[in-house]
Amino acid sequence: MRALLIRDLRLALRAGGGFGLGLAFFLILAVLVPLGVGPEPGTLALIAPGVLWVGALLACLLSLDRIFALDFEDGSLDLLATAPVPLEAVVAVKALAHWITTGLPLVLVSPVLGLLLFLPAEAYGWLILSLLLGTPALSVIGGFGAALTVGLKRGGLLLSLLVLPLYIPTLVFGAEVVSRGAQGLSVGTPLALLAGITMGAAAILPFAAALVLRINLR
Amino acid sequence: MASIWEYANPLKFMRTTDWLLPVVAWLAVVVTAVGLIWGFFFTPDDFRQGSTVKIIFLHVPSALMAINAWIMMLVASLIWLVRRHHVSALAAKAAAPVGLVMTLIGLITGAVWGQPMWGTWWAWDPRLTSFLILFLFYLGYLALWGAIDDPDTAADLTAVLCLVGSVFALLSRYAAFFWSQGLHQGASLSLAPGTRVDWAYKAPLYISMTGFGLIFLALVLAGTRTEIRARRMKALAARERMA
Amino acid sequence: MALVARGLAVARGGVPLLEGVGFALEAGQALVLRGPNGCGKTTLLRVMAGLQPALAGEVTAPPDAIAYAAHADGIKATLSVTENLRFWSDIYGSGGVDAALERMNLRALAGRAAQNLSAGQKRRLGLARLLVTGRPIWVLDEPTVSLDADSVALFGEVMRAHLAGGGMALMATHIDLGLPEALVLDLRPFKARLPEPGSGGFDEAFL
Repeated sequence: MRALLIRDLRLALRAGGGFGLGLAFFLILAVLVPLGVGPEPGTLALIAPGVLWVGALLACLLSLDRIFALDFEDGSLDLLATAPVPLEAVVAVKALAHWITTGLPLVLVSPVLGLLLFLPAEAYGWLILSLLLGTPALSVIGGFGAALTVGLKRGGLLLSLLVLPLYIPTLVFGAEVVSRGAQGLSVGTPLALLAGITMGAAAILPFAAALVLRINLR
Repeated sequence: MASIWEYANPLKFMRTTDWLLPVVAWLAVVVTAVGLIWGFFFTPDDFRQGSTVKIIFLHVPSALMAINAWIMMLVASLIWLVRRHHVSALAAKAAAPVGLVMTLIGLITGAVWGQPMWGTWWAWDPRLTSFLILFLFYLGYLALWGAIDDPDTAADLTAVLCLVGSVFALLSRYAAFFWSQGLHQGASLSLAPGTRVDWAYKAPLYISMTGFGLIFLALVLAGTRTEIRARRMKALAARERMA
Repeated sequence: MALVARGLAVARGGVPLLEGVGFALEAGQALVLRGPNGCGKTTLLRVMAGLQPALAGEVTAPPDAIAYAAHADGIKATLSVTENLRFWSDIYGSGGVDAALERMNLRALAGRAAQNLSAGQKRRLGLARLLVTGRPIWVLDEPTVSLDADSVALFGEVMRAHLAGGGMALMATHIDLGLPEALVLDLRPFKARLPEPGSGGFDEAFL
């Protein structure tokens, strides 16, 4: 399993792996929003939690189809399915690799983008914490969506249509944590719900994803 | 006593719906007509809402069927996954567009009602938001059906999506209620005092709801028959290629 | 140890292709599947590898014994030859990759990125993967595509050594590997017949 994680990380980091695209997208979004909304600090501070969370969501979405599609095209997925590793674990490890190459960098740069959007000082800790808790769910849910659409020629657009509605609870609770944090309110409930969704998704969705992968491979 | 699973045989299903579908369809037309005509023309105006309240006879039944259609799809998907009855998968497929349209009717009539009542076509109210989200789930489900060529693979994948989607739809609904307290009144037929609807409204409303249920049933039966015939055509074409 | 198939029926995309296929392989034996394109060789091999279910019949094989190699080699272009092989040897928990590199004549290419290999070299890398799996039963789909004569001979030798060591091989191929002792199974007699109309099958309306 570690071998698979290392291979996926290596593939993502080498040329053509697409590493950093999501990050660049996240940055561009944080630049475009003030350009569209106007430079008023009060307005930007108000919408910053939502913008950052939506940005993280979309940045995650960009690289989802790579989780399985490349392995499907070159036949690795067939070989992995016949290898002595459970497909559920393959899915989980691939989602983890996706999170390390996409979600984790987003978490790390989010404070800088918060700065651009005048996020109130009290909210930075909650921003990082909520993204840290929430982005793994984005990768796992996305892994399920990618498994559903892996056999399709033009699965990319369909993947967004399938996955974005599934992201709604994570988005709502994640952004809620940040905006409550910004107003100095208690964040316990949304934070617990966010963590609950992530853990539930990580516990159950790899099984669903492995199931649909097997269906797609047969 | 014949088992209910006999109707999962496509031939038996076709034979039964040959006579059942016209009966259900005519019943749906009559009951809906009675419910709506009674509701629109023979109920008093509300003392606060005036005649706009009468859109309730479209709004509530369609919203109800929007949710029931998804529940039916969920049950049919489970039956397909567990017992592998093709009719079940095709019934789920046939129910989706009906549910989608019911959701749309619910949203549109809601907007038409909301404009004079709340002074706005749309509000990010939890109920409205949940329905919009349900609409997105229907779109995704239908798009996945449309994208896959192999019918059994499509049935399997959409069934799993329906299961997972149901969980997330419930979570989204909860999230929407958490996220915003709304303008929307509580459930119109709830027993809570104060918001209770008078019997003068209730009777035609229940009739309309029954009518919409029958419309849904008729459309799903017709849709399933079409899907079965489409499958049969595909199978015949494949048979021809092989021979 | 044996690989046995009894009364296998397989379908692709819902259309039955083969039925009643049966064979038995003992240690040291190879079986070559023959038949025209589209007759179901690949589908049968995928069923044997456990990638898709059979319509009917059963496959008996020792647990964790089958290594499958498809048309596509599953090679990652940006990884080097050694990295590609080491990944599979880690997954299968077998030893090093040196022997496999040596035997498939890839030693000189070991550090090269797989994207810079020729089609034949890639195929050799794909076949070297079989050696690092350490599994006794090889299920191979057209293993010799894009190999030149020398490489075919090389793979023939590897195959012979594998069989001599008690291995088995089930493959679909049109090219003679230089294995006169290999059994041959012609799949044409097993072409699936359609069920008679009106035979009352449960989902008859669909087929």
